[in-house]
Amino acid sequence: MQYLAPTTLDDAVSMLAAQAGDCRVLAGGTDLLVRMRSGFAEPDAVMDIKRIGALREITTEDGGFRIGAAVSGAEMAENAALVAAWPGVVEAAGLIGSTQIQGRATMAGNLCNASPAADSVPAMVAAGAVARLASAAGTRDVAVEDIPAGPGKTNLKPGEFVASIFLPARPARSGDAYLRFIPRTEMDIAVVGCGVSLTLDAGGTCTAARVALGAVAPTVILVPEAAQAIIGTKLDDAALDALAAACSAAAKPIADKRGTVEFRTHVAGVLARRAATIAKTRAGEQA
Amino acid sequence: MALDTKSETRQFTVVGTRPLRPDGIDKVTGRARFGADMTAPGMLIGLVLRSPHAHAKIKRIDTSAAEAIPGVHAVVTRADFPVIGDNDFIADILDNCMAGEKALYDGHAVAAIAASSGAIARKALKLIKVDYEVLPHVTDVDAAMKPGAPVLHEGRANETVPEGMSSNVVARYEFGHGDIGAGLAGADRVLERTYRTEATHQGYIEPHACLAQMGPDGQADLWCCTQGQYMVRDTCAAILGLKQGQLRVTASEIGGGFGGKTTVFLEPVALALARKSGRPVKMVMTRSEVLRATGPTASSSIDIKLGMTKDGRITAGFAELRYQGGAYPGSPVEFGAMSAFAPYDLDHVKTVGWDVVTNRPKQAAYRAPGAPMAAFAVESAIDELAKGFGLDPLEVRLKNAAREGTRASYGVTYPAIGLEATLRRAKDHPHWTAPLGSNQGRGVACGFWFNFGGNTCVSMNIAPDGTVNVIEGNPDIGGSRASMSMMAAEELGISYDQVRTVIADTASLGLNDVTDGSRVTFAVGLATIEAARDAKREMCKRAAMVWGIEEDAVEWKDGAAHPAGPNAGSHPPMTLAEIAAIASNTGGPIAGHYEVNAEGAGVSFATHMVDTEVDPETGAVKILRYTVFQDAGKAVHPAYVEGQFQGGAVQGIGWALNEEYIYGADGTLQNAGFLDYRIPVASDLPMIDTVILEIPNPGHPYGVRGVGETSIVPPLATIANAVSAASGVRMADLPMSPPKVLAAIKGA
Ligand SMILES: Cc1cc2nc3c(=O)[nH]c(=O)nc-3n(C[C@H](O)[C@H](O)[C@H](O)COP(=O)(O)OP(=O)(O)OC[C@H]3O[C@@H](n4cnc5c(N)ncnc54)[C@H](O)[C@@H]3O)c2cc1C
Repeated sequence: MQYLAPTTLDDAVSMLAAQAGDCRVLAGGTDLLVRMRSGFAEPDAVMDIKRIGALREITTEDGGFRIGAAVSGAEMAENAALVAAWPGVVEAAGLIGSTQIQGRATMAGNLCNASPAADSVPAMVAAGAVARLASAAGTRDVAVEDIPAGPGKTNLKPGEFVASIFLPARPARSGDAYLRFIPRTEMDIAVVGCGVSLTLDAGGTCTAARVALGAVAPTVILVPEAAQAIIGTKLDDAALDALAAACSAAAKPIADKRGTVEFRTHVAGVLARRAATIAKTRAGEQA
Repeated sequence: MALDTKSETRQFTVVGTRPLRPDGIDKVTGRARFGADMTAPGMLIGLVLRSPHAHAKIKRIDTSAAEAIPGVHAVVTRADFPVIGDNDFIADILDNCMAGEKALYDGHAVAAIAASSGAIARKALKLIKVDYEVLPHVTDVDAAMKPGAPVLHEGRANETVPEGMSSNVVARYEFGHGDIGAGLAGADRVLERTYRTEATHQGYIEPHACLAQMGPDGQADLWCCTQGQYMVRDTCAAILGLKQGQLRVTASEIGGGFGGKTTVFLEPVALALARKSGRPVKMVMTRSEVLRATGPTASSSIDIKLGMTKDGRITAGFAELRYQGGAYPGSPVEFGAMSAFAPYDLDHVKTVGWDVVTNRPKQAAYRAPGAPMAAFAVESAIDELAKGFGLDPLEVRLKNAAREGTRASYGVTYPAIGLEATLRRAKDHPHWTAPLGSNQGRGVACGFWFNFGGNTCVSMNIAPDGTVNVIEGNPDIGGSRASMSMMAAEELGISYDQVRTVIADTASLGLNDVTDGSRVTFAVGLATIEAARDAKREMCKRAAMVWGIEEDAVEWKDGAAHPAGPNAGSHPPMTLAEIAAIASNTGGPIAGHYEVNAEGAGVSFATHMVDTEVDPETGAVKILRYTVFQDAGKAVHPAYVEGQFQGGAVQGIGWALNEEYIYGADGTLQNAGFLDYRIPVASDLPMIDTVILEIPNPGHPYGVRGVGETSIVPPLATIANAVSAASGVRMADLPMSPPKVLAAIKGA
């Protein structure tokens, strides 16, 4: 097995293009190395992107944030401006694993691992995040919700990888939140996850919202009906009930060792209600 | 105190203090050598091929392609082991280590390879071709008892099982006294309910590991992670046809056992591979192998009939217990049937236990084997009746509590016991009256364990500079080296840091039973004290020789020999170090010994109390506060005793809330890893508070009782009672995982 460690983005795209066999991108390695050790992945080469300086940075751009694909959860949590603007995305990334995992795990890795239960993904989808993909052919921008294709599968083309993730500028009175349900309090995998991002007007009425669910379908899903249920409302009980009902209706989970269909469907609504309430409070605090 | 008791009321100087643990620095720095840390020159790596089927006939195994790979030194299947004709116990262990005619569960070993590297062994493993004929399977205890259920073995039922039952039912046990019908007739209410618990794993951090080597002369050495090196020696010798004295087994440092390391899984296979290859062979399990193929505890299904008067007197108790212990006879249902009602003084009591086999891994001991499930059923039923009458659940238990002189449901009459003391202390504790918030509930329950003594052998060597080694034969799974050093120091009258306790290999000390039954601090402690007394007698003799007086005119006091009695004359005392320094001139080295099959272990009781909060929208249960009240007889090292109390409570919390063996429709284990086999993590738990009671055990010189197992008996019911109080629904089916609790709340 070959280990590649490019130091520039240009080198990285050409190295990847030159690989004939199975070459995997290595970010934090908290999924990839575990899979290799347990014999589930036997790549011919791995390309470590952590030595590419530009991919280790969080920069501001058009009032938003560009987060390099090799930035770890811990680094995100240390960026005060990012935490202030996107507390829900940062808390979602911060839920991944433990202190040790946080020092390595990236959102891009979380996204490209393509687990339906990935914690940062519903938060990114709710945030309207956009992934910038790089390849020998150049770069293209793709909405985060369009990256996963199914459990363990992405829509990335051969030779293409995620260079960064962009979180857009926020209007005033915006807030986001992510909640997951796990049977324990940490070191667990989401049985249901829900990200909500919303904007209020001066009177407290919701003018824009995005709601995303994890672990209730083969990929993380954006639920426009759930957003519609709260847009134009002050998130009163009736609106929250409608939001919960829309999320439960959109959930198409499987029954497995982690939860029954009934449980996941119900809890999707419960979490949406709770996450929306937190997002609303955060938006209010931003006034 | 009665004259026939061994324990004395005395002031201790070392016992009861909290010195640093002797294994602490090694474990924190990584210097401690666990099972997987052993290596030998020329060592091969051994791997096991496991059945992917829950139940299948093994028609043919073709190992030729694997053997042809360069670097593969040996492949073994069942054909490489002798036939064990006359010993079902050993034959079952062999069959579990290496399947014979059938694979009996998902993960059952069918072949093993030793190769010069792990990569070669993994590659070769894939080339072994096994021709299986898949058979119908059964993993549920109630389903396995039904007529027409898939049958694992024919002809294994013993004479206690009535005709006409499924061949999967292999034994029946019955205990009790009085007349259940008459007792129930005197009740104001009779509760009948069925309770179920899932199988749980001990969850030790260290996977099984060993290193075996065997020469052409038949001399063999085995290093392994075990709770009992003598058990490993005797079992492997029986399986492989070796002489016990030719096989030396050394126990490594151990990363947890909790009963799960009281049998063998890899060791006979490693020895067989070493014999065939002529090279040392090392084997280390993965976590998935640990969960699929070592011994979790039994799952259970229990019917209770309990009668109570409206003032809280239990008029009769009946339990029918069905435990599946995996693919071979030997579930711990007998202990369940014996312990179910052991905390109570009942006129009419009866328990019936059924031992059932299913297509699951062969169960192994897990901390108070069989008792937690039985206590879950009985203590839940008592709670439900007490609450129905509006009675205080602690008062109801006090009213029915077993005391000195009570005839236990399993036949014995109790000496002085501590149940009542734990209940009174619980009632007086601030936890009992602390306020609760909404969706919160409090639960209490009691638990009992027998405790054990057993074969024990200890040597004590006095070095010329006056330092002391205690040589014992039980792997230290809970701090026993510290406790032995403390008891030796106490008895000799020297300081703790002058004593070092080491664990001997099987060739260096006589037989010691496995570290189980909470026996070590009791039995090995007793032998350590007696070995110290033996050494003291020798030292008094040496002093008498120096002083030229009679041996019995010398007594041992404060770490020194003193002349005593009217004819002793006056001599300055000789300290242990002074006597040791001149030992060469007074008869040679000084050592003490003691050998015993110890009795008088002294039963143990506990009461647990917990506060829980239930999220009514998700069914999630949070443990808010937890207090353990348990009788330790005498706490030699109180920090270790507290650790045992806390550890048992935490394992019980896992069992109650999220841990379970989940089988798919195909009979394969769905959660063979620590992600989906959910042991509690630190952030799930509050600090577990402990209250140590000390009601001396008359069977031990210092009053010690075992404390390691009782602490896992009450938690299942304690938590179920609290969850029922918090949610308003009675949870009779473990684990109380969120989907189950939510479904119960919604169904109520
Ligand atoms: C103990 C533990 C706990 C965990 N807990 C959680 C949890 O709570 N929630 C959760 O969601 N996950 C959890 N995970 C999974 C994992 O940590 C996350 O998915 C993490 O975000 C992966 O990021 P990484 O940088 O380590 O990815 P890597 O392992 O480096 O990569 C993951 C996958 O994505 C590919 N990849 C990585 N970067 C790129 C890129 N830039 N472009 C294209 N492909 C790429 C890799 O080739 C690989 O297939 C846990 C893992 C462990 C070991």
